[in-house]
Amino acid sequence: MSDADNLGFTPNEMMTIAASRALKSDDVCFVGIGAPSAACNVARLTHAPDITLIYESGTIGTAPDVLPLSIGDGELCETAVTTVAVPEMFRYWLQGGRISIGFLGAAQLDKFGNINTTVIGDYAHPKTRLPGGGGAPEIATSSRQVYITMAQSKRGMVEKIDFFTSFGHGEGGDHRKRLGIDTAGPTLLITDLAIWKPDPVTKEFTVVSLHPGVTRAQVQETCGWVVKFAEALDETPAPTELELKTLRDLQARTKAAHQGTAKGKAA
Amino acid sequence: MVKFLPLKEAVAENLHDGDTVAFEGFTHLIPTAAAHEAIRQGFRDLTLIRMTPDLIYDQMIGMGMAKKIIFSYVGNPGVGLLRRARDAIENGFPRAIEVEEHSHAGMANAYEAGAAGLPCAVFRGYRGAGLASVNPNIRSVTCPFTGEVLAAVPAIRPDVTFIHAQKANRKGNVLVEGIIGIQKEAVLAAKRAVVTVEEVVDNFDDLHPNLTVLPSWTIAAISVVPGGSHPSYTHGYYERDNAAYLEWDEIAADRDRFQAWMQKNVTESSADDFAGRVEHLRKAA
Repeated sequence: MSDADNLGFTPNEMMTIAASRALKSDDVCFVGIGAPSAACNVARLTHAPDITLIYESGTIGTAPDVLPLSIGDGELCETAVTTVAVPEMFRYWLQGGRISIGFLGAAQLDKFGNINTTVIGDYAHPKTRLPGGGGAPEIATSSRQVYITMAQSKRGMVEKIDFFTSFGHGEGGDHRKRLGIDTAGPTLLITDLAIWKPDPVTKEFTVVSLHPGVTRAQVQETCGWVVKFAEALDETPAPTELELKTLRDLQARTKAAHQGTAKGKAA
Repeated sequence: MVKFLPLKEAVAENLHDGDTVAFEGFTHLIPTAAAHEAIRQGFRDLTLIRMTPDLIYDQMIGMGMAKKIIFSYVGNPGVGLLRRARDAIENGFPRAIEVEEHSHAGMANAYEAGAAGLPCAVFRGYRGAGLASVNPNIRSVTCPFTGEVLAAVPAIRPDVTFIHAQKANRKGNVLVEGIIGIQKEAVLAAKRAVVTVEEVVDNFDDLHPNLTVLPSWTIAAISVVPGGSHPSYTHGYYERDNAAYLEWDEIAADRDRFQAWMQKNVTESSADDFAGRVEHLRKAA
Protein backbone atom coordinates (compact mmCIF):
# COMPACT_ATOMS: atom_id res chain seq x y z
CA MET A 1 0.00 0.00 0.00
CA SER A 2 1.49 3.31 -1.07
CA ASP A 3 0.24 5.13 2.03
CA ALA A 4 2.19 2.76 4.23
CA ASP A 5 5.30 3.17 2.05
CA ASN A 6 5.13 6.94 2.19
CA LEU A 7 4.06 7.43 5.77
CA GLY A 8 5.34 4.32 7.52
CA PHE A 9 1.85 3.24 8.66
CA THR A 10 -1.44 2.18 7.09
CA PRO A 11 -4.78 4.02 7.37
CA ASN A 12 -6.11 1.16 9.51
CA GLU A 13 -3.17 1.41 11.89
CA MET A 14 -3.74 5.15 12.17
CA MET A 15 -7.43 4.50 12.92
CA THR A 16 -6.71 2.01 15.69
CA ILE A 17 -4.05 4.21 17.26
CA ALA A 18 -6.15 7.39 17.06
CA ALA A 19 -9.00 5.46 18.70
CA SER A 20 -6.71 4.15 21.43
CA ARG A 21 -5.66 7.70 22.32
CA ALA A 22 -9.25 8.65 23.15
CA LEU A 23 -9.27 6.24 26.09
CA LYS A 24 -8.00 7.06 29.58
CA SER A 25 -6.71 4.97 32.46
CA ASP A 26 -9.80 5.71 34.57
CA ASP A 27 -12.26 4.70 31.86
CA VAL A 28 -14.51 1.69 32.27
CA CYS A 29 -14.95 0.59 28.68
CA PHE A 30 -17.46 -1.89 27.28
CA VAL A 31 -15.55 -3.30 24.32
CA GLY A 32 -17.11 -4.28 21.02
CA ILE A 33 -15.33 -6.98 19.04
CA GLY A 34 -13.10 -6.17 16.05
CA ALA A 35 -11.65 -2.69 15.60
CA PRO A 36 -12.75 -1.43 19.07
CA SER A 37 -11.06 -4.41 20.76
CA ALA A 38 -7.71 -3.65 19.09
CA ALA A 39 -7.90 0.05 20.01
CA CYS A 40 -8.84 -0.65 23.63
CA ASN A 41 -5.96 -3.06 24.11
CA VAL A 42 -3.42 -0.73 22.47
CA ALA A 43 -4.57 1.94 24.95
CA ARG A 44 -4.10 -0.51 27.82
CA LEU A 45 -0.62 -1.47 26.59
CA THR A 46 0.52 2.16 26.10
CA HIS A 47 -0.84 5.23 27.87
CA ALA A 48 -3.81 3.78 29.80
CA PRO A 49 -2.47 0.78 31.75
CA ASP A 50 -5.22 0.92 34.39
CA ILE A 51 -8.18 1.08 32.00
CA THR A 52 -10.98 -1.36 32.85
CA LEU A 53 -11.94 -3.36 29.77
CA ILE A 54 -15.24 -5.21 29.89
CA TYR A 55 -16.46 -7.71 27.31
CA GLU A 56 -20.10 -8.75 27.16
CA SER A 57 -19.25 -12.36 28.05
CA GLY A 58 -19.02 -11.07 31.64
CA THR A 59 -15.26 -10.55 31.89
CA ILE A 60 -14.51 -7.40 33.91
CA GLY A 61 -11.06 -5.81 34.01
CA THR A 62 -9.55 -8.14 31.44
CA ALA A 63 -5.99 -7.87 30.08
CA PRO A 64 -5.55 -10.31 27.19
CA ASP A 65 -2.08 -10.91 25.74
CA VAL A 66 -3.63 -11.54 22.30
CA LEU A 67 -6.79 -10.07 20.80
CA PRO A 68 -9.74 -12.40 21.29
CA LEU A 69 -11.42 -13.75 18.15
CA SER A 70 -14.73 -13.75 19.98
CA ILE A 71 -16.04 -11.81 22.98
CA GLY A 72 -15.76 -14.97 25.05
CA ASP A 73 -12.25 -16.34 24.44
CA GLY A 74 -10.71 -18.08 27.46
CA GLU A 75 -7.90 -15.54 27.68
CA LEU A 76 -10.42 -12.84 28.63
CA CYS A 77 -11.60 -14.82 31.64
CA GLU A 78 -8.13 -15.96 32.70
CA THR A 79 -6.81 -12.38 32.86
CA ALA A 80 -9.95 -10.69 34.27
CA VAL A 81 -10.39 -9.22 37.74
CA THR A 82 -13.69 -11.11 37.88
CA THR A 83 -16.09 -12.89 35.55
CA VAL A 84 -19.83 -12.51 36.09
CA ALA A 85 -22.88 -14.12 34.51
CA VAL A 86 -24.33 -12.50 31.40
CA PRO A 87 -27.56 -11.26 33.04
CA GLU A 88 -25.49 -9.64 35.79
CA MET A 89 -23.29 -8.02 33.13
CA PHE A 90 -26.23 -6.36 31.46
CA ARG A 91 -28.31 -5.61 34.57
CA TYR A 92 -25.84 -4.45 37.22
CA TRP A 93 -22.86 -3.23 35.24
CA LEU A 94 -24.30 -1.78 32.03
CA GLN A 95 -27.87 -0.85 33.04
CA GLY A 96 -26.58 0.10 36.49
CA GLY A 97 -24.56 2.93 34.95
CA ARG A 98 -21.03 1.64 35.60
CA ILE A 99 -19.76 1.98 32.02
CA SER A 100 -18.09 5.26 31.02
CA ILE A 101 -17.40 4.38 27.37
CA GLY A 102 -19.25 1.99 25.10
CA PHE A 103 -16.94 1.30 22.14
CA LEU A 104 -18.74 0.07 19.04
CA GLY A 105 -17.99 -0.81 15.44
CA ALA A 106 -20.58 -0.46 12.68
CA ALA A 107 -21.58 -2.10 9.40
CA GLN A 108 -23.70 0.91 8.44
CA LEU A 109 -23.54 4.32 10.09
CA ASP A 110 -25.37 7.58 9.47
CA LYS A 111 -24.25 11.13 10.21
CA PHE A 112 -26.03 11.15 13.57
CA GLY A 113 -24.19 8.10 14.85
CA ASN A 114 -27.07 5.65 14.42
CA ILE A 115 -25.76 2.15 13.69
CA ASN A 116 -27.11 -0.75 11.66
CA THR A 117 -25.68 -4.24 12.10
CA THR A 118 -28.97 -6.07 11.55
CA VAL A 119 -30.05 -6.20 7.90
CA ILE A 120 -29.32 -4.71 4.52
CA GLY A 121 -32.67 -4.15 2.84
CA ASP A 122 -36.09 -4.76 4.36
CA TYR A 123 -36.20 -6.44 7.80
CA ALA A 124 -38.80 -9.05 6.88
CA HIS A 125 -37.20 -9.84 3.51
CA PRO A 126 -33.55 -8.85 3.89
CA LYS A 127 -31.10 -8.66 1.03
CA THR A 128 -28.39 -9.50 3.54
CA ARG A 129 -29.05 -10.79 7.02
CA LEU A 130 -26.27 -9.43 9.27
CA PRO A 131 -25.59 -10.84 12.76
CA GLY A 132 -27.74 -8.28 14.58
CA GLY A 133 -27.27 -6.16 17.65
CA GLY A 134 -26.05 -8.49 20.39
CA GLY A 135 -25.31 -6.18 23.29
CA ALA A 136 -25.17 -3.00 21.22
CA PRO A 137 -28.74 -1.61 21.55
CA GLU A 138 -28.31 -1.18 25.32
CA ILE A 139 -24.57 -0.37 25.19
CA ALA A 140 -25.58 2.59 22.98
CA THR A 141 -28.09 3.92 25.49
CA SER A 142 -26.73 2.89 28.92
CA SER A 143 -23.01 3.75 28.53
CA ARG A 144 -22.31 7.32 29.57
CA GLN A 145 -20.72 8.02 26.15
CA VAL A 146 -20.28 6.02 22.95
CA TYR A 147 -17.21 5.96 20.74
CA ILE A 148 -17.51 4.49 17.25
CA THR A 149 -14.72 3.29 14.99
CA MET A 150 -14.95 2.04 11.40
CA ALA A 151 -13.12 2.29 8.08
CA GLN A 152 -14.77 4.75 5.70
CA SER A 153 -16.70 3.60 2.63
CA LYS A 154 -19.76 4.83 0.74
CA ARG A 155 -21.49 1.53 1.54
CA GLY A 156 -20.78 1.87 5.25
CA MET A 157 -21.33 5.58 5.84
CA VAL A 158 -24.76 6.27 4.41
CA GLU A 159 -27.36 9.04 4.37
CA LYS A 160 -30.02 6.66 5.66
CA ILE A 161 -29.39 3.36 7.45
CA ASP A 162 -31.63 0.36 6.68
CA PHE A 163 -32.31 -0.50 10.33
CA PHE A 164 -31.82 1.24 13.69
CA THR A 165 -29.89 -1.47 15.55
CA SER A 166 -28.35 1.00 17.99
CA PHE A 167 -29.70 4.47 18.54
CA GLY A 168 -27.21 7.32 18.27
CA HIS A 169 -28.65 10.82 18.02
CA GLY A 170 -31.66 9.69 15.96
CA GLU A 171 -32.71 12.59 13.76
CA GLY A 172 -30.26 14.85 15.59
CA GLY A 173 -30.74 17.67 18.08
CA ASP A 174 -32.36 16.55 21.33
CA HIS A 175 -33.87 13.34 19.92
CA ARG A 176 -32.23 11.20 22.64
CA LYS A 177 -33.69 13.33 25.40
CA ARG A 178 -37.13 13.15 23.81
CA LEU A 179 -36.96 9.34 24.02
CA GLY A 180 -36.01 9.47 27.68
CA ILE A 181 -32.37 8.52 27.08
CA ASP A 182 -30.23 10.51 29.51
CA THR A 183 -26.74 9.40 28.39
CA ALA A 184 -24.58 11.41 25.96
CA GLY A 185 -24.59 8.90 23.08
CA PRO A 186 -21.97 9.01 20.32
CA THR A 187 -19.38 11.68 21.15
CA LEU A 188 -16.53 10.50 18.93
CA LEU A 189 -16.09 8.76 15.58
CA ILE A 190 -12.66 7.57 14.52
CA THR A 191 -12.24 6.40 10.94
CA ASP A 192 -9.22 5.42 8.89
CA LEU A 193 -9.12 8.98 7.51
CA ALA A 194 -10.28 11.35 10.22
CA ILE A 195 -11.58 12.11 13.71
CA TRP A 196 -15.18 13.31 13.90
CA LYS A 197 -17.21 14.88 16.72
CA PRO A 198 -20.92 15.70 16.83
CA ASP A 199 -21.96 19.31 16.38
CA PRO A 200 -23.03 20.52 19.84
CA VAL A 201 -26.49 21.55 18.61
CA THR A 202 -27.41 19.49 15.52
CA LYS A 203 -25.41 16.42 16.69
CA GLU A 204 -24.25 15.79 13.11
CA PHE A 205 -20.77 14.27 13.00
CA THR A 206 -18.24 16.89 11.86
CA VAL A 207 -14.62 16.25 10.89
CA VAL A 208 -12.35 17.88 13.47
CA SER A 209 -9.02 16.29 12.51
CA LEU A 210 -7.59 14.76 9.34
CA HIS A 211 -5.04 11.95 9.65
CA PRO A 212 -1.58 12.74 8.18
CA GLY A 213 -1.61 12.93 4.37
CA VAL A 214 -5.42 12.76 4.12
CA THR A 215 -7.32 15.38 2.10
CA ARG A 216 -10.85 16.70 2.55
CA ALA A 217 -11.69 15.27 -0.88
CA GLN A 218 -10.70 11.76 0.24
CA VAL A 219 -12.96 12.00 3.27
CA GLN A 220 -15.88 13.11 1.09
CA GLU A 221 -15.26 10.48 -1.60
CA THR A 222 -15.56 7.67 0.93
CA CYS A 223 -18.62 8.98 2.72
CA GLY A 224 -22.26 8.75 1.60
CA TRP A 225 -23.41 12.06 3.09
CA VAL A 226 -22.21 15.64 2.51
CA VAL A 227 -19.37 15.99 4.99
CA LYS A 228 -19.09 18.98 7.30
CA PHE A 229 -15.62 20.08 8.36
CA ALA A 230 -14.76 22.11 11.45
CA GLU A 231 -13.45 25.62 10.82
CA ALA A 232 -10.25 24.92 12.71
CA LEU A 233 -9.27 21.56 11.26
CA ASP A 234 -6.44 19.73 13.06
CA GLU A 235 -4.03 17.13 11.77
CA THR A 236 -4.01 13.93 13.80
CA PRO A 237 -0.49 13.32 15.16
CA ALA A 238 1.15 10.40 13.34
CA PRO A 239 1.55 7.16 15.32
CA THR A 240 4.60 7.11 17.55
CA GLU A 241 7.13 4.30 17.28
CA LEU A 242 5.87 2.85 20.55
CA GLU A 243 2.22 2.92 19.42
CA LEU A 244 3.01 1.25 16.11
CA LYS A 245 5.22 -1.39 17.67
CA THR A 246 2.60 -2.15 20.33
CA LEU A 247 -0.15 -2.55 17.74
CA ARG A 248 1.93 -4.63 15.33
CA ASP A 249 3.24 -6.91 18.09
CA LEU A 250 -0.31 -7.40 19.37
CA GLN A 251 -1.56 -8.29 15.89
CA ALA A 252 1.35 -10.66 15.25
CA ARG A 253 0.75 -12.46 18.57
CA THR A 254 -2.95 -12.63 17.76
CA LYS A 255 -2.39 -14.08 14.30
CA ALA A 256 -0.01 -16.73 15.60
CA ALA A 257 -2.37 -17.69 18.43
CA HIS A 258 -5.48 -18.05 16.26
CA GLN A 259 -3.77 -20.05 13.55
CA GLY A 260 -1.94 -22.16 16.10
CA THR A 261 -5.07 -24.10 16.95
CA ALA A 262 -5.55 -25.32 13.37
CA LYS A 263 -5.13 -29.06 13.35
CA GLY A 264 -2.58 -30.18 10.79
CA LYS A 265 -2.31 -26.68 9.34
CA ALA A 266 0.81 -24.64 8.84
CA ALA A 267 0.62 -21.29 10.61
CA MET B 1 -33.82 -37.70 40.09
CA VAL B 2 -30.86 -37.14 37.81
CA LYS B 3 -29.80 -40.05 35.61
CA PHE B 4 -26.34 -40.69 34.20
CA LEU B 5 -27.04 -41.77 30.63
CA PRO B 6 -25.21 -42.26 27.34
CA LEU B 7 -25.79 -39.09 25.30
CA LYS B 8 -27.93 -40.92 22.76
CA GLU B 9 -30.43 -41.93 25.43
CA ALA B 10 -30.30 -38.60 27.28
CA VAL B 11 -31.28 -36.76 24.08
CA ALA B 12 -33.92 -39.32 23.04
CA GLU B 13 -35.60 -39.21 26.48
CA ASN B 14 -35.69 -35.42 26.79
CA LEU B 15 -36.10 -33.88 23.34
CA HIS B 16 -39.14 -34.29 21.13
CA ASP B 17 -40.36 -32.98 17.78
CA GLY B 18 -41.92 -29.55 18.13
CA ASP B 19 -40.13 -28.74 21.42
CA THR B 20 -38.89 -25.32 22.40
CA VAL B 21 -35.25 -25.97 23.19
CA ALA B 22 -32.22 -23.97 24.31
CA PHE B 23 -28.68 -25.19 23.69
CA GLU B 24 -26.90 -22.51 25.71
CA GLY B 25 -23.28 -21.49 26.07
CA PHE B 26 -21.89 -17.99 25.63
CA THR B 27 -18.90 -18.68 23.36
CA HIS B 28 -17.57 -20.92 26.15
CA LEU B 29 -19.02 -24.40 26.95
CA ILE B 30 -21.23 -24.68 23.87
CA PRO B 31 -23.02 -28.06 23.96
CA THR B 32 -21.93 -29.16 20.48
CA ALA B 33 -22.00 -32.91 21.15
CA ALA B 34 -25.62 -32.70 22.38
CA ALA B 35 -26.62 -30.65 19.32
CA HIS B 36 -24.96 -33.17 17.00
CA GLU B 37 -26.80 -36.01 18.73
CA ALA B 38 -30.06 -34.11 18.19
CA ILE B 39 -29.15 -33.76 14.51
CA ARG B 40 -28.44 -37.50 14.23
CA GLN B 41 -31.83 -38.28 15.75
CA GLY B 42 -33.44 -35.96 13.21
CA PHE B 43 -35.92 -33.92 15.27
CA ARG B 44 -38.28 -31.61 13.36
CA ASP B 45 -40.13 -28.35 13.94
CA LEU B 46 -38.00 -27.19 16.85
CA THR B 47 -38.11 -23.69 18.23
CA LEU B 48 -34.45 -22.96 18.89
CA ILE B 49 -33.60 -20.42 21.58
CA ARG B 50 -30.14 -19.08 22.12
CA MET B 51 -28.52 -15.69 22.69
CA THR B 52 -25.72 -16.42 20.22
CA PRO B 53 -26.86 -19.14 17.82
CA ASP B 54 -23.49 -19.89 16.30
CA LEU B 55 -22.28 -23.01 14.50
CA ILE B 56 -24.63 -25.54 16.10
CA TYR B 57 -27.78 -23.62 15.18
CA ASP B 58 -26.35 -22.91 11.73
CA GLN B 59 -26.05 -26.69 11.43
CA MET B 60 -29.51 -27.48 12.82
CA ILE B 61 -31.13 -24.80 10.63
CA GLY B 62 -29.17 -26.04 7.62
CA MET B 63 -30.49 -29.55 8.27
CA GLY B 64 -34.07 -28.23 8.27
CA MET B 65 -34.82 -28.96 11.95
CA ALA B 66 -35.96 -25.49 13.02
CA LYS B 67 -39.30 -23.81 12.47
CA LYS B 68 -38.35 -20.75 14.53
CA ILE B 69 -35.30 -19.16 16.14
CA ILE B 70 -35.29 -16.79 19.10
CA PHE B 71 -31.92 -15.05 19.40
CA SER B 72 -29.93 -11.87 19.94
CA TYR B 73 -26.83 -12.36 17.76
CA VAL B 74 -26.95 -14.62 14.71
CA GLY B 75 -23.26 -14.48 13.82
CA ASN B 76 -20.10 -16.58 13.81
CA PRO B 77 -18.34 -14.82 16.71
CA GLY B 78 -15.36 -12.83 15.50
CA VAL B 79 -15.65 -14.27 11.99
CA GLY B 80 -18.82 -12.92 10.44
CA LEU B 81 -22.14 -14.24 9.27
CA LEU B 82 -23.91 -17.57 9.70
CA ARG B 83 -24.42 -18.69 6.15
CA ARG B 84 -26.95 -21.52 6.65
CA ALA B 85 -29.09 -19.29 8.88
CA ARG B 86 -28.84 -16.56 6.26
CA ASP B 87 -29.91 -18.96 3.52
CA ALA B 88 -32.99 -19.88 5.58
CA ILE B 89 -33.90 -16.28 6.42
CA GLU B 90 -33.12 -14.77 3.01
CA ASN B 91 -34.14 -17.64 0.70
CA GLY B 92 -36.27 -20.00 2.78
CA PHE B 93 -33.72 -22.81 2.24
CA PRO B 94 -34.03 -25.63 3.18
CA ARG B 95 -37.21 -24.27 4.77
CA ALA B 96 -38.48 -20.86 5.82
CA ILE B 97 -38.00 -20.09 9.49
CA GLU B 98 -39.72 -17.68 11.80
CA VAL B 99 -37.47 -15.18 13.52
CA GLU B 100 -37.88 -13.58 16.94
CA GLU B 101 -35.00 -11.21 17.55
CA HIS B 102 -33.92 -9.51 20.77
CA SER B 103 -30.90 -7.74 22.18
CA HIS B 104 -28.55 -9.57 24.57
CA ALA B 105 -30.00 -7.55 27.44
CA GLY B 106 -33.50 -8.61 26.39
CA MET B 107 -32.61 -12.33 26.19
CA ALA B 108 -30.58 -12.31 29.42
CA ASN B 109 -33.42 -10.65 31.30
CA ALA B 110 -35.96 -13.03 29.76
CA TYR B 111 -33.99 -16.13 30.85
CA GLU B 112 -33.61 -14.67 34.33
CA ALA B 113 -37.37 -14.07 34.49
CA GLY B 114 -37.88 -17.68 33.41
CA ALA B 115 -35.61 -18.92 36.19
CA ALA B 116 -37.35 -16.62 38.66
CA GLY B 117 -40.79 -17.93 37.75
CA LEU B 118 -41.97 -14.53 36.52
CA PRO B 119 -44.18 -14.05 33.44
CA CYS B 120 -42.00 -11.29 32.01
CA ALA B 121 -38.80 -9.35 32.44
CA VAL B 122 -38.62 -5.60 32.99
CA PHE B 123 -35.53 -3.56 32.19
CA ARG B 124 -34.25 -0.32 30.69
CA GLY B 125 -33.73 -1.23 27.06
CA TYR B 126 -34.60 -1.03 23.36
CA ARG B 127 -34.84 2.77 23.52
CA GLY B 128 -34.77 4.06 19.95
CA ALA B 129 -33.99 0.54 18.72
CA GLY B 130 -35.62 -0.74 15.53
CA LEU B 131 -36.22 -4.18 17.07
CA ALA B 132 -39.01 -2.76 19.20
CA SER B 133 -41.03 -2.09 16.03
CA VAL B 134 -40.45 -5.47 14.31
CA ASN B 135 -40.78 -7.79 17.32
CA PRO B 136 -44.30 -7.73 18.86
CA ASN B 137 -42.91 -9.42 21.99
CA ILE B 138 -41.00 -6.26 22.86
CA ARG B 139 -43.43 -4.10 24.82
CA SER B 140 -43.29 -1.61 27.65
CA VAL B 141 -44.54 -1.08 31.21
CA THR B 142 -44.64 2.06 33.29
CA CYS B 143 -42.97 1.96 36.69
CA PRO B 144 -45.75 2.48 39.27
CA PHE B 145 -43.35 4.38 41.54
CA THR B 146 -41.46 6.71 39.21
CA GLY B 147 -43.46 6.75 35.99
CA GLU B 148 -40.40 5.64 33.99
CA VAL B 149 -41.32 3.66 30.88
CA LEU B 150 -39.37 0.40 30.80
CA ALA B 151 -39.05 -2.43 28.29
CA ALA B 152 -40.87 -5.70 28.93
CA VAL B 153 -40.30 -9.06 27.23
CA PRO B 154 -41.90 -12.43 27.97
CA ALA B 155 -39.97 -14.86 30.17
CA ILE B 156 -38.13 -17.67 28.37
CA ARG B 157 -39.37 -21.11 29.49
CA PRO B 158 -37.80 -23.83 27.31
CA ASP B 159 -39.19 -27.37 27.30
CA VAL B 160 -35.59 -28.50 27.59
CA THR B 161 -32.19 -26.84 28.00
CA PHE B 162 -28.90 -28.46 27.04
CA ILE B 163 -25.61 -27.21 28.46
CA HIS B 164 -22.02 -28.44 28.68
CA ALA B 165 -20.08 -28.18 31.96
CA GLN B 166 -16.70 -29.04 33.43
CA LYS B 167 -17.68 -31.85 35.74
CA ALA B 168 -20.25 -33.65 37.79
CA ASN B 169 -19.72 -35.48 41.05
CA ARG B 170 -21.07 -38.98 41.64
CA LYS B 171 -24.23 -37.57 43.21
CA GLY B 172 -24.98 -35.69 39.98
CA ASN B 173 -24.23 -32.13 41.09
CA VAL B 174 -22.67 -30.12 38.26
CA LEU B 175 -19.89 -27.51 38.33
CA VAL B 176 -19.80 -24.68 35.77
CA GLU B 177 -16.88 -22.24 35.89
CA GLY B 178 -15.10 -19.64 33.75
CA ILE B 179 -17.36 -17.63 31.48
CA ILE B 180 -20.62 -18.91 32.92
CA GLY B 181 -22.82 -17.03 30.47
CA ILE B 182 -26.52 -17.68 30.84
CA GLN B 183 -26.37 -21.40 31.60
CA LYS B 184 -27.60 -21.38 35.19
CA GLU B 185 -30.62 -19.27 34.22
CA ALA B 186 -31.28 -21.42 31.12
CA VAL B 187 -31.28 -24.61 33.25
CA LEU B 188 -33.51 -23.17 35.97
CA ALA B 189 -35.93 -21.68 33.41
CA ALA B 190 -36.45 -25.00 31.63
CA LYS B 191 -38.84 -27.86 32.36
CA ARG B 192 -35.97 -30.32 31.84
CA ALA B 193 -32.20 -29.91 31.64
CA VAL B 194 -29.57 -32.17 30.13
CA VAL B 195 -25.89 -31.61 30.88
CA THR B 196 -22.85 -33.02 29.14
CA VAL B 197 -19.67 -32.98 31.23
CA GLU B 198 -15.97 -33.52 30.66
CA GLU B 199 -15.67 -35.94 33.59
CA VAL B 200 -17.22 -37.30 36.75
CA VAL B 201 -15.31 -36.95 40.02
CA ASP B 202 -15.93 -38.61 43.38
CA ASN B 203 -16.87 -35.44 45.23
CA PHE B 204 -16.71 -31.62 45.19
CA ASP B 205 -15.11 -31.35 48.66
CA ASP B 206 -12.20 -29.17 47.53
CA LEU B 207 -14.26 -26.57 45.64
CA HIS B 208 -14.53 -22.90 46.55
CA PRO B 209 -17.91 -22.36 48.30
CA ASN B 210 -19.29 -19.79 45.85
CA LEU B 211 -18.69 -21.55 42.57
CA THR B 212 -21.62 -22.12 40.26
CA VAL B 213 -22.90 -25.56 41.14
CA LEU B 214 -26.20 -26.83 39.80
CA PRO B 215 -27.70 -29.29 42.31
CA SER B 216 -28.49 -32.74 40.93
CA TRP B 217 -32.22 -32.27 41.44
CA THR B 218 -32.32 -29.41 38.91
CA ILE B 219 -31.07 -31.73 36.15
CA ALA B 220 -32.80 -34.58 34.33
CA ALA B 221 -29.79 -36.30 32.77
CA ILE B 222 -25.98 -36.11 32.69
CA SER B 223 -23.82 -37.57 29.93
CA VAL B 224 -20.05 -37.79 30.06
CA VAL B 225 -18.66 -36.50 26.75
CA PRO B 226 -15.01 -35.42 26.90
CA GLY B 227 -14.41 -32.69 24.34
CA GLY B 228 -18.18 -32.24 24.04
CA SER B 229 -18.06 -28.49 23.45
CA HIS B 230 -15.56 -28.51 20.55
CA PRO B 231 -14.91 -26.21 18.64
CA SER B 232 -15.90 -24.09 21.63
CA TYR B 233 -13.79 -24.70 24.73
CA THR B 234 -13.96 -25.89 28.29
CA HIS B 235 -12.07 -23.69 30.73
CA GLY B 236 -9.42 -25.78 32.46
CA TYR B 237 -9.61 -28.60 29.89
CA TYR B 238 -8.95 -27.39 26.34
CA GLU B 239 -8.81 -24.17 24.31
CA ARG B 240 -11.17 -22.72 21.73
CA ASP B 241 -10.50 -24.02 18.21
CA ASN B 242 -10.51 -20.61 16.55
CA ALA B 243 -9.34 -22.12 13.27
CA ALA B 244 -12.45 -24.29 13.13
CA TYR B 245 -14.65 -21.19 13.40
CA LEU B 246 -12.73 -19.61 10.53
CA GLU B 247 -13.10 -22.82 8.47
CA TRP B 248 -16.83 -23.00 9.15
CA ASP B 249 -17.28 -19.77 7.22
CA GLU B 250 -16.14 -21.58 4.06
CA ILE B 251 -17.93 -24.86 4.74
CA ALA B 252 -21.29 -23.20 5.39
CA ALA B 253 -20.99 -20.91 2.37
CA ASP B 254 -21.84 -23.76 0.00
CA ARG B 255 -24.96 -25.95 0.33
CA ASP B 256 -23.27 -29.10 -1.03
CA ARG B 257 -20.08 -28.67 0.93
CA PHE B 258 -22.18 -28.17 4.05
CA GLN B 259 -24.09 -31.41 3.44
CA ALA B 260 -20.88 -33.36 2.83
CA TRP B 261 -19.32 -31.97 6.01
CA MET B 262 -22.41 -32.80 8.07
CA GLN B 263 -22.50 -36.33 6.66
CA LYS B 264 -18.89 -37.01 7.58
CA ASN B 265 -18.60 -35.13 10.89
CA VAL B 266 -22.07 -35.49 12.37
CA THR B 267 -24.28 -38.15 10.76
CA GLU B 268 -21.52 -40.75 10.50
CA SER B 269 -19.84 -39.75 13.77
CA SER B 270 -20.71 -40.24 17.41
CA ALA B 271 -20.27 -38.52 20.76
CA ASP B 272 -17.11 -40.63 21.25
CA ASP B 273 -15.36 -38.70 18.47
CA PHE B 274 -15.23 -35.43 20.42
CA ALA B 275 -12.33 -36.43 22.70
CA GLY B 276 -10.04 -36.79 19.68
CA ARG B 277 -11.05 -33.41 18.28
CA VAL B 278 -9.71 -31.52 21.30
CA GLU B 279 -6.51 -33.51 21.83
CA HIS B 280 -4.33 -30.82 20.18
CA LEU B 281 -6.10 -28.09 22.17
CA ARG B 282 -5.29 -29.37 25.62
CA LYS B 283 -2.67 -27.27 27.43
CA ALA B 284 0.69 -28.86 28.26
CA ALA B 285 -0.70 -32.27 27.39
